[in-house]
Amino acid sequence: MATPSASPKTSQQLRKLAIVPAYNEEAMVGRVVREIERHAPDFDVVVVDDGSLDATAAVADREGATVLRQPFNLGIGGAMQAGYKYALHRDYDVAIQVDGDGQHKPEYIPMMLEALHTSGEADMVYGSRFLGDPGYAVPWGRRLGNRIFGVVLSRIVRQSVTDPTSGFRMVNRNGIELFARDYPHDYPEVEAILMLHAHRLQVHEVQVRMNARGFGESSIDYPRSAYYMVKVMLAIGIGLLRRRPTPMDGPPPGTGEFAAVAPGAGSAGLKTPPEEGGSA
Amino acid sequence: MTLPRLLAQSADGTGNLSSEAQIFAVIVAVLVLLFVVELVRRRRLVERYALLWMLAACVMVLLAVWNNALNWIADLVGIASPPNALFLLGLVAIFGLLLNFSVAISRLSEETKILAQTVSRLDAETRELRGEGPATNGGPREPELADQQPGDPPVSA
Repeated sequence: MATPSASPKTSQQLRKLAIVPAYNEEAMVGRVVREIERHAPDFDVVVVDDGSLDATAAVADREGATVLRQPFNLGIGGAMQAGYKYALHRDYDVAIQVDGDGQHKPEYIPMMLEALHTSGEADMVYGSRFLGDPGYAVPWGRRLGNRIFGVVLSRIVRQSVTDPTSGFRMVNRNGIELFARDYPHDYPEVEAILMLHAHRLQVHEVQVRMNARGFGESSIDYPRSAYYMVKVMLAIGIGLLRRRPTPMDGPPPGTGEFAAVAPGAGSAGLKTPPEEGGSA
Repeated sequence: MTLPRLLAQSADGTGNLSSEAQIFAVIVAVLVLLFVVELVRRRRLVERYALLWMLAACVMVLLAVWNNALNWIADLVGIASPPNALFLLGLVAIFGLLLNFSVAISRLSEETKILAQTVSRLDAETRELRGEGPATNGGPREPELADQQPGDPPVSA
């Protein structure tokens, strides 16, 4: 639930934002913005131009999106965090990541928004390619990586995570606050799920299809995917040892089981979550 | 920097320094110390790092002046040859410094990231206030030529 039950808002009253990270995507970003406006007209669109050398910012601007022009390339993690900070600053209730390369189909946005509300307890809803037919031939390396992370993550969060590298994810206010404060650097998707878990925020999967990347090959080549695997595994391992500050006072809504643990304890604003079960 | 000392030691094998080498080592160490002070004076080096290097220079002076220090350390750690103790000390010191720098660089890049994110948000707000931005998906907008690199292909919407 995005809001305290005292003042429930309907989907129409919520302030909703689509964050489009884009790096040298002048060919695709315009279409992405238009598609979002077509399929999810009640979403404001902010394009995070991550230090592009091409006309990404100008194209996005012409399409009517707000553009956050990063002065230099921060990487997807830094770019997305800029988007979440914007969402927090402008008091949005819901934020969804829609990649600027056209991989994520905005036609799923209304369905994901619905899932965020009807699933009741979810703080993040993300689109999984592997709940069903992915809709395109996922390269075997990506598939394998996904499988490995999926198995590891699923064990840690004790919940099935079928597509941990999917960036097509929608968060409520709790997620926005958490990610605005603290978001992983290089390859953030997997680690972000872990962070949500550490903060007792709930993740819900919905089935989506994705487009193959807008142009060319995947941005991750083989040496880099080896680095990716190692880096993310390290992040998972260290993430388990880390206490991260929680942006929320008290237990997040929707996790009634912890209501008994922290009454009154969270008023300091910063509190660390209880140690993860076992240091594993 | 204490190379002469090393050479002298390997020459007579006792770990005792010849007085010429000792004087030379002291001079070098003092020069390093002065150089660091000068860097701080010209504000090329912040005190935080100056302290580290001045400490290093002081250790060099100490080792040069106090003849038996190296022998004592080598004995303590169980290293047969005092020059090897010097190498070990140097390596440990350099390793510590490098780790210190990695931590400093990590902090700087985190701070830089936060600055970049803030700048981009302020930039978007400024444009909005000036009426250049898409306040509510409407209103005329000027093309953002400034953001195009010279020589880029023309924008195709």
